[in-house]
Amino acid sequence: MATDGDVMLRCTDLRKSYGPLLAVDGVSFEIRTGETYGLLGPNGAGKTTLISMVAGVLEGDDGAVALDGLRMDPSALDAKALIGYVPQDVALYPDLTARENLRFFASLYKLGRQEARARVAEVLDVVGLSERADDQVKTYSGGMKRRLNIGAGLIHRPRLLILDEPTVGVDPQSRNAILASIEALSAEGMAVLYTTHYMEEAERLCDRVGIVDLGHLIAEGPPRALTAELGQAEHIVMAVEGDLAAAVAAVDALAVAGRTTGDAGVLDVLVTDAESALPLVMEAATSSGAAIRSVNVQEPDLEVVFLHLTGKRLRD
Amino acid sequence: MPASLLIAWKDLRQRFRDRSAIMLAVVVPLALAAIFSMIFGPASTPTAFEYALVDEDRSPVSRSFDEDVLAYLEDEGIATVDEMEEAEARTAVSDGDLDAAFLIPPGFADRVQSRAPARLEVVGSVDAATATDVARSVASSYVQGLNAVRVAVAGVAHQGGSLTEGELQEVAQQTVAAAPPVTIEDISADAHVLDLKTYFAAGMAVFFLLFTVQFGVSSLIEERSDGTLSRLLAAPVRRSSILVGKLLTSVALGVVSLTVLVLGTSLLLGASWGNPVGVGLLVVSGVLAATGIASVVASLAKTAEQAGSWQAVVAVSLGLLGGAFFPVQQSGQLMATVSLVTPHAWFMRGLGTLAGGGEALAVLPAVGALLLIAAVTGAVASTRLGRIVEP
Repeated sequence: MATDGDVMLRCTDLRKSYGPLLAVDGVSFEIRTGETYGLLGPNGAGKTTLISMVAGVLEGDDGAVALDGLRMDPSALDAKALIGYVPQDVALYPDLTARENLRFFASLYKLGRQEARARVAEVLDVVGLSERADDQVKTYSGGMKRRLNIGAGLIHRPRLLILDEPTVGVDPQSRNAILASIEALSAEGMAVLYTTHYMEEAERLCDRVGIVDLGHLIAEGPPRALTAELGQAEHIVMAVEGDLAAAVAAVDALAVAGRTTGDAGVLDVLVTDAESALPLVMEAATSSGAAIRSVNVQEPDLEVVFLHLTGKRLRD
Repeated sequence: MPASLLIAWKDLRQRFRDRSAIMLAVVVPLALAAIFSMIFGPASTPTAFEYALVDEDRSPVSRSFDEDVLAYLEDEGIATVDEMEEAEARTAVSDGDLDAAFLIPPGFADRVQSRAPARLEVVGSVDAATATDVARSVASSYVQGLNAVRVAVAGVAHQGGSLTEGELQEVAQQTVAAAPPVTIEDISADAHVLDLKTYFAAGMAVFFLLFTVQFGVSSLIEERSDGTLSRLLAAPVRRSSILVGKLLTSVALGVVSLTVLVLGTSLLLGASWGNPVGVGLLVVSGVLAATGIASVVASLAKTAEQAGSWQAVVAVSLGLLGGAFFPVQQSGQLMATVSLVTPHAWFMRGLGTLAGGGEALAVLPAVGALLLIAAVTGAVASTRLGRIVEP
């Protein structure tokens, strides 16, 4: 565990329920200064609820959030001044220009007039919107809005930047620009809390990831360490036609098969040695009556880690 | 600058860029007030009724009807009266050239003095119902006066049988002098009636006020659905500041809208609103009351669209009930009393007080009622609006 001096964010035993639904159940984690931490999990895992509590937007039922030693809750204005929050949906005023949006958010964080003017120009430059700064946001493309959405979270130079799935629905070019911006901010020493269900983004950006499912933090660590925990596991992915459930049952009965799942015509199975296991897996699948259309063997990644831990895909 | 002012300023900037807000706040009410004034404006300048008198009796009694009653109507500008022959009068009334004619037949005075039934006929034009009603009322009132004289004279004659004819006539004259046959009471001062231009200008202004102020409080729901509320909540801003900012937006929009409408209708339509300080007090208190009502509606709605629909229903209902379109006093005392639950009625009543020549402080009862409505609705809204300031 990091020393208190290094810790930017400390969450302890956070809980939040909506009626009978337990959205976050006893989650604890820390983020150090300059660290990028990814919360990885499928839709509905509890990521947004969790970061809403971290941002002081939502009051938890139990547990504590401390930001640089300051307790965070919905009324903690000092702690809120330290974070930049980028919601999952574009949260901007479409009738205002990019410059007006940024100036408004700068004013909420008490930036002086001169400082705000300079900072707005800087942020517009960072997100690549200087040339469209005085156009109304409603005239922007989806990718431009997403970039400005991040810019609004950066306007006051936060110590911790919280990004909730910032690349959902973004074209590849804008997505790359967003990821590059986050890498640059992290390099400058900003702590980043990043939620996503894109494992490739987590692997690219995050120093550590926490895997969340059904409100629980089920694993945590650097991406490489998490995949290493699977040992020599490999991932066989087969596209099949026919009775997928029967194929899954047949493959799962094999001694060489680890966790086996099937969804949308795709059968996933974890094995320790794909080369020796593949003929057995294919034979079991075809003997169950399924027709194999394609086979792919993948190295372990966070997707496989998640599948191994939960039996579900991240994009479920 | 406090966060609430920053939020209000941002909202105002958005609204002034949104032409629909300006349309609802200024253009539409101004246009409707102008249209109503053009349609109903001529009726606001009363013209004298045109009557004829056909006096075939030529007696002191019939002359007294002409000289005491009809002359009074002429002096007050209520009617013009021309004396003519019966056939000419009937034709003129039938053709619509005259509103009504009074026909006093030969022997009218004799029949009155002999205590026999006497007839004073009123012939009215079918196209001049009001003028005919007034003529009938005048004739009826005069006949009642004559009856009073006859009763008085009969009483004296019965008790003092030795009175001469001259003495009885003197009694009759004294009775006539003591009881004027016709009294016309001018109720306009008590009723504080606005002229039609001002009435429609004020009616449209206060009707659209509810639509205008909703842009402030309802934007709270929009912020929640658009996701910007979560960004505000993550900023170092108190939730109460967000609420106050939205209310300030409503109040500012309402005050600006009403002020523009007061000036616009005065300059363009010739509306006369009365004492500026009194109008200012009514504007501010009216806006606060409207904001309170809009806040209650917004606090009950789940979406901005729902809030807009409900707001329209409430605005139209209160507008009709409160007399924004027509004077509810014409619908009877019950409606007039019920209308006092609406800010519209108090706003119009306050303006009526100013129109009746009242000074600024004369509107304080109306201002007090509007502030009471604002306080009650504000208290109700405050128990529920906090629920909206959540992600």
